[in-house]
Parts: sequence; C-alpha cells; structure tokens
Amino acid sequence: MAETNTSHEPVRFETHPDRYVHWKLDFPAEHGGKVARLMMDVKEDRGMRPGYPLKLNSYDLGVDVELADALQRIRFEHPEVRALVITSAKDRIFCSGANIYMLGSSTHGFKVNFCKFTNETRLYLEEMSAESGIPSLASLNGTASGGGYELAIACDDIVLADDGSSAVSFPEAPLLAVLPGTGGLTRLVDKRKIRRDLADAFSTIAEGVRGKRSVEWGLVDEAPPKAKLEEVTKRRIGALVDRSTRKAFPAVKLPALEVKRSGEEPSADKQEIEYQYVTLELSPKQRTARLVVRAPSSKQPETPEELAKAGASAWAIQAFRELDDALLELRFNQPLIGVVSVETAGDAAAVLAVDAMLAKHADDGLVREVTLLMKRVLKRMDLTAKSFFALVTPGSCFAGSLLELALASDRIYMKDTEDEPVTVAASRMNAGSFPMANGLSRLQTRFLKEPERVSRVLEQGALTTPEAVKAGLVTFAPDDIDWDDEIRIAFEERAAMSPDAMTGMEASLRFAGPETMETKIFGRLSAWQNWIFQRPNAVGERGALTLYGKPERPEFNWQRT
Amino acid sequence: MSTVVNDTKIPNNVDLSSDKRLQRALEAWQPNFLSWWNEMGPFGFQKDDIFLRTAISVTSEGWAHFDYVKMPDYRWGIFLADPVADRKIGFGDHYGEPVWKEVPGEHRNALRRIIVTQGDTEPASVEQQRLLGHSCPSVYDLRNLFQVNVEEGRHLWAMVYLLHTYFGRDGREEADALLQRRSGDPDKPRILGAFNEPCTDWLSFFMFTFFTDRDGKFQLLALAESAFDPLSRTTRFMLTEEAHHMFVGETGVLRVVDRTAQQMAEKKWGSVEQVRAAGLIDLPTMQKYLNLWYTLSLDLFGGEISSNAATYFATGMKGRAKEDQFEDHKALEGSYAMEVVKDGKIVREDIAMRNAMNEVLRDAYVEDCQRGVDKWNRTIAAHGIPFELKLPSRRFHRHIGIYAGIHFDPAGNPLTAEQWESKKNEWLPSDADKQYVQSLMQKPVFDPKQMANWIAAPKQGIKGRTVDFEYVRREA
Repeated sequence: MAETNTSHEPVRFETHPDRYVHWKLDFPAEHGGKVARLMMDVKEDRGMRPGYPLKLNSYDLGVDVELADALQRIRFEHPEVRALVITSAKDRIFCSGANIYMLGSSTHGFKVNFCKFTNETRLYLEEMSAESGIPSLASLNGTASGGGYELAIACDDIVLADDGSSAVSFPEAPLLAVLPGTGGLTRLVDKRKIRRDLADAFSTIAEGVRGKRSVEWGLVDEAPPKAKLEEVTKRRIGALVDRSTRKAFPAVKLPALEVKRSGEEPSADKQEIEYQYVTLELSPKQRTARLVVRAPSSKQPETPEELAKAGASAWAIQAFRELDDALLELRFNQPLIGVVSVETAGDAAAVLAVDAMLAKHADDGLVREVTLLMKRVLKRMDLTAKSFFALVTPGSCFAGSLLELALASDRIYMKDTEDEPVTVAASRMNAGSFPMANGLSRLQTRFLKEPERVSRVLEQGALTTPEAVKAGLVTFAPDDIDWDDEIRIAFEERAAMSPDAMTGMEASLRFAGPETMETKIFGRLSAWQNWIFQRPNAVGERGALTLYGKPERPEFNWQRT
Repeated sequence: MSTVVNDTKIPNNVDLSSDKRLQRALEAWQPNFLSWWNEMGPFGFQKDDIFLRTAISVTSEGWAHFDYVKMPDYRWGIFLADPVADRKIGFGDHYGEPVWKEVPGEHRNALRRIIVTQGDTEPASVEQQRLLGHSCPSVYDLRNLFQVNVEEGRHLWAMVYLLHTYFGRDGREEADALLQRRSGDPDKPRILGAFNEPCTDWLSFFMFTFFTDRDGKFQLLALAESAFDPLSRTTRFMLTEEAHHMFVGETGVLRVVDRTAQQMAEKKWGSVEQVRAAGLIDLPTMQKYLNLWYTLSLDLFGGEISSNAATYFATGMKGRAKEDQFEDHKALEGSYAMEVVKDGKIVREDIAMRNAMNEVLRDAYVEDCQRGVDKWNRTIAAHGIPFELKLPSRRFHRHIGIYAGIHFDPAGNPLTAEQWESKKNEWLPSDADKQYVQSLMQKPVFDPKQMANWIAAPKQGIKGRTVDFEYVRREA
C-alpha cells in the first residue's frame, strides 16, 4: 500500500496512570494489594493518529506505550505487587490485536519500530516474571486474536472463558497474508511448546480455536465456563502470588523526565534534546547524531536505603530512563538519522562507585530492579536500527555500566594521545549483570573466539588506549593528528551507505552466539515479517493487507521462493 | 425433480440412503436433537396432539401435510429446493461462473461461520419461547407458536445437514455445539444478541416473529443467492416455511392493535389509564415494544461498514436479497451514502458499495417492516383513533455498528447519556410496562371457543378449519 510521507506529530513516551486513555491499572482489594490488574479498555476515537478507529480493543502505539509505562511503574512504584493479571473491560472481547488500518496507513519504518516496541514490551512482561518475581496471568473474558493472543501468550498463564464463541486466534496469515508480528509464532512452539503441526493448523484458522480444543492444543491453560472465569482467575492468580519470589523494598516514584528541546524548526541545522544526564544532538543534514551520557556529578547512594531515598533521581535510574527515552526518540522521531556517535563525559570513578554499590547489594530488591532497568535500556540500544560508533576521548567515562554503551556500539574509536589520559574500565557489572538477548554478556559475545579475554578485561581495571587495543576492545585508535579527519570520514562514509543494508548487516553482526527465544523473535521479525510486509502479496496494489476492508479481493503471485 | 423419501428415520429429498456415512452421522445426531428438544423445546406440551403442518416435499403445490402430531414425533426432515439447471453465480468476482457443488477450500471457514451463525438462531428462538405456551391467548395462537417452533427445529436440521455433509469433523463439532449453546445463558450464550433476549410474553413473541424472524427472512434471501449451491437450495426452501412465521407476527400485532383501537373507539377512551383499566395493551406501550424488537433486530444485520460483508459478496458466499433486481452484480464501482457520526454530528460519507452490503440488506428489511407497520396503522385509522405506530430511526438503541455506544432519540437526534437515561423509559418498555403486559397473560386460554381479552380473534383459521377448531388437544 502507499506509504504516507506526511510528517507526523512526534511520538512521546512519557505518560502516567492518571492520564491513561486505554488501560486501567488497579490493585484489587481481594488480593490485599498483592496483585496488579491491568484492564484493557481501548477508546475507539483516541488513536495516536487520525484515520483509524481503534475498534474491539485493537491497539496502536499509544496503547502499548501505556502498557509499557504500567509495567515499569508496577516494578518501581508497587514493590508489594507479587503477580499481574491482564484482562479486558470490554464484553466478549479481550483484544483484537494491532489495528489493521493503523498498520495500513503507516510507513514501513514506523511499522517495524511499532512491532519492535511491542515486542520489547511483551519481553518485559516475561522478564518481570523470570527476574522480578511478578508472574502474570491473562484472563481472557472474550476473543484474543492476533496481537491480542500474542499479549496473552507473553503471560505465564492463560485462562479463556468457554462461552461457545470466545476464541484465541492468529488470523494474520489467512486474512492479511502477513505474520503475527509480536513473537506469536515463536512463542507457540518455543515457549508453550505446542506441536508444530497443531501450531500450523492454529495459525491458518482465521476464526481461531475455542474452549476444550484450545486447552487440548495447549493454547491456553484452562477454559472454564464464563460464569467460572472470575473464580478460576482468582484461584490461579493466588497460585502465582504464592510462587512469587519478589523481594520487598520501599516504593520508588517515577516522575516525568525533564527535557529541553531546541532547534525543532525545520530550518535548524542542529536539533538538541537535553536531559539531565543525557544529550541527544541531531544533525539532520548530515543524517548523524551525538548521544552523550554523563557520569554522576553529585554524591550517589552508597546503600540500598540511600538508593530508595534518592529514588528516581539516583543516577542509575535517571540516566538510564533518559537514555531509554533518547533511544526511542531516535527510533520513532528521527527516521533519517543513520549514524550516531556514542559519547560519555564525566568522572569514571563516579560511575564505578555506582557499579560497586549495585554489585555489592545485588540481592536487594530495589537494586535488582535498577539493574534490570539498565539491562533493558541497553538491550533497547542493541535493537535500535542506527549505526552506533562509540567515541572514547579524553574526558569520557566508558567505565563499568557505561562501558556497555561502547560494547553495544558497532565500532569503538579510541583516541590515542599522550597529552591527556584516555581510558576505559570494566566493573563487576560487566560480568553478566546486563545480558544481551542471546543470554551472554556483551563481553562474552565480543570474545566468542577467545573467551579468556573476558576475564582479562574484567580483572585489569582501567586500560589506556594501547592496552585497550591489545585487549580487543577497540576497533580503530587514530592519534590526535588523524582523529578529527578519521572520525569525520568514518561518519560520512557510513551515512552514505544504504540504510537497509546497514540495518540488516548490523543486526546480523550484533547477536553472535547462541539463539534464544528472544533472538529468534527479533530475528524472525526482521527477516520474515518485515520481508512479507514489503511483498506485493501483502502490500502490493492487490495485496491482502492493502485490500483488507476494501471491496476487492486480494490476488496473489503464486510463486514460492 | 428430486425424490422425497418419507419412510426412513429422517425424511429427505437428498437421497440420504445412498450416502451411508452421512446417514449414520445424522442418525447419530438425531437423538441429541431430540433430547435437546425435550429439554429446551416448548415446556409442558410434548404429549399433546397439535394440528401441525409438516414439510413433505418441495413442490409449490402440496409441499406440506397438516395433521395432529405430538411434537417429539414431528418428522423433521431435510429438504432442499430443486436444483436450478446450469445455475451460475449471480454476483461478485465470480459472476457468471458455474455455482459450487462443493465447498471451495479457501472459503471453508467463512462459509462454515455463515452457516453456524444462521443455524444458531434456529434453536435459540425455540429456547426463548419455551414457556410461552402457558400464557397463550388462544388455542389457535398456541398452535401457531408450536408451528413456528417445530419449523425452527427443521431449519436447524437444514443447517446441520450442510455442516455434516460439507464440513467434515469441524462441521460435526459445530453441529453438536448448536445443541449445547443456550439462549441467555451467560456461560454459553447464543451467538447473536437478540437471540439471548428473553421473550416471555406474547406481545414480545409477536414482535419477535414480525421483526426478528424477518431478519431471518432477509438473511435467507441473501444466502439463497449464494454461489454455494447446497446453501442456496436449502435456504430457498426454508423461505417457504418462514413466510408463516412473518404471518404469525404481522397478524398477531395487528390483532392486538385492532382490539385496543376498536375498544378505544367504542368506549371513547382517550387515556392510557382507561385502556389499561380494561386490561388491554395501550398503543404507546405497543410502540415501545416495537422500538425494542425492531432495534434488536436491526443489530442482527451487522456493522454498517463491514469488511466481512465485502468479502462475502466478493467471493460469492452471500449476496443481496433478490440479486437479479440489481443491475450491477459486481458492485465494484458504486458507493453508498452512509450517515456516519463524526464529532457528534451526522454526516454523509461515501462507502464502497461492497462494504455497505449489510446496510443494503438492512434497507430492504426496513422497507419490508414499514409495509407491515402501515397495515397496523390502517387498522388503527379504520377505528378513527389518531395514533400512528412508527419505526424509529435506525440509529436509535443500537448495540452493533457505527451507532453503537452513542445515544439517539427515536428520531435519530444525538443525546447525552443523561438525556438518554431520563428519557429511555418513554421509548423502551420499562419494568412497569413489562410487568403490566405480563400481568395480562397470567393464565393460558385452552378453551378453543375463547380468546384472551387483550387480543382480537383472527379473521380465519388454519387450512380451512374454523378459528375455534381444536388446534391443540390437551392430554387428558
């Protein structure tokens, strides 16, 4: 279908439960506040962009932004919560997935980023269960189709009302000639371990599977009669609460991030987005950007108690929340930016001190949440389709958790100069606190061939440029005479390459090592779904997605690859 | 013409005995149907002899046989209208191609859905009406109720035949599920909303047979055009029987209106209180019941703008009522000027014709309803009573489609939620109205010579019998 080139209002990711349009977050008294309940109640006429009513609890990015916000807040603001139940406030419909007309009217880039974001949110749900001790239950009071079932399947347990008509389904292939885009197919066979032949049948029956059969096939865990749904939901959620391993800590409120934006007028050469610890500087003409993360400049908490007291203003929370927002800004609002220089500034010792505190108190509930937040943001960077070049220069602080920014970059340039000290340094946090999607640390992934290098880097402390080169941490180390030219040329060269080729190449190189469910999900999203999303059978003039809701029927090109 | 076999377990004109697999499957389903009928069919009359018509062939002359029968012994059979030689698909992308004798694989699921949705309404209405016999206004009406009930049962058979014959294991499972859902049961409701509404008084029954069964008529007309020939043949014959159901509704409401208007004229009553004091149903209450059942039935046509409707039309699965009256059978060019709600205002928007097919069918339905309402109004006018029953705007009281979730008055003007709350009892039967109507129907009238006070006697009886014929012989 025709892609619209009209520029849209920029997407903002800041929200709050008081302002949610499509979700209701509450903590039912019957579970003594230990259970968070998220009820989906999508407002048809409140889509993020005009032109597509969000019927039948279908969603767009705005709906998912609220979901992601809710999950983050349950982690930090509600430490008493030990389980999560997701359900719908609408009668006879749980959720009908991503809105087709929204997808139809979006650019390819937006669609990809939309899918990526929703996938991340589903994985956060699974991480909450696996790492934070907040297992989840999808209580389906009606049909869950497409992305609706993909949301359910990201939960630990699924209960479906058996009322003779409510079904779970993946109608994407038979109705739209595309694939479920939020990890659904992978989770069928990898997570729920449904037999491939049944998964095949399920994924081609547009109307889905109901009642008893949905249990027999393993698509849901239980399908009670509608009148029993509440009772079964309560029983199962009780069991989830009992198995929760959540550790208590004082609640941490997440206030809105303060951000200053300048140069947004189209004629501006530079645009700047300034947070407290992060700056994103955009050069639209060059299609490049600078992403700068600063070390803490004030005294940081030294104990979990102090961390709780500092709350969201603690550097580890605030800097990474800001970085997360900046990465989403790059993805959604800056489609033309190709190459990003990743820079740090400030006192490496201050970063290492934060890391030491986090490592020392890794068992504390809040410290754990902070570490998981940092982990998620770093993963967001791994999955951002921009070329990242880290620039290690005098005054930078690529140490410990900030060293991960360099390790997450496609290349590391380190200035070789004797005039001023230039170093990088590992901390205990680089030893596995921030695993990538493949389950390995970034150091492990980097040194797959020579695993012994990992411990060497971890043990060595601060490394000068020659030492870092020797350790295998540096791609190129121009001296101060060549530096400016080398960097300029590297950026110009990179920015001139095909953005498609670079995206594919980087995604292929970033995730060496073992496959996990997560790498499969993103790999297949990029490879299969995004390919199919471009093919005439889906989006050509006579493609199924193009013609969905239109009077004409699709016509396929019958050649298989 | 097809041969009718009436001496087997399942009367049919589809040569059932030559397909042993199918015959066995249907014979296995039959006891389940009967136990459903005994559990959910008319309560308390299963041992009585009822003067019923039974379909025995599909010729226009003498297709039915009239005699006393106990309902559980009713000969529910499978009858398809005779095939039309060289029938061609009459609309959609496959216009002019030969019709399908078998289900094309790519349309299997959608066709099954269509058939299941249609089939689900048949037992649903029997369930909705199962207690009505105990408040019947006359033996004549009681018989009509049971006639409608047994024929809805036969229409269920017709759909089950298609499911068993053409849809394999899934079809058999769906056929079983048709007997497992229950009208109004929150655990396993019938598929469509109007078929879960209680129908517990005779005014509702007449309104139901007039308005809701008329939706059935138009769905059947649209399916009679289907490229899937067995569906077309099945529904064409169902329409023959359905006509009687419309008759029951139309004349039922007419007789109530007639009685009230006649008494109002004779006694020179002007107020509702006077009408009610005499134990009759006042005309404003009739209007409220009309508003309720008409709008519930409008919902059954589905969304005004529907991609399913477009797909059904494009593929040839479901056409328009009387497709041959249309000129453009592809419907790719034209558009439909739809009244849609934008920012609280009604504006006209051009919708691709195929996506508006539900609305096209609804248009034909509304027109057909109006004809019946006109007759009722002529009766009121004949008694010189200045009152007119009106079909409300199709935006009023809707739960499906583009007007759902927004409040409108019967003229179609938008209302706030508060306005709606304060006025709705003026437009729809209130609890007090329902209680009043039910209070008139506390006792059944089983004496063939008698008629309940609130309804006029019919003009004539059934099949040449007198009105006071003993249509139902109560078990001693």
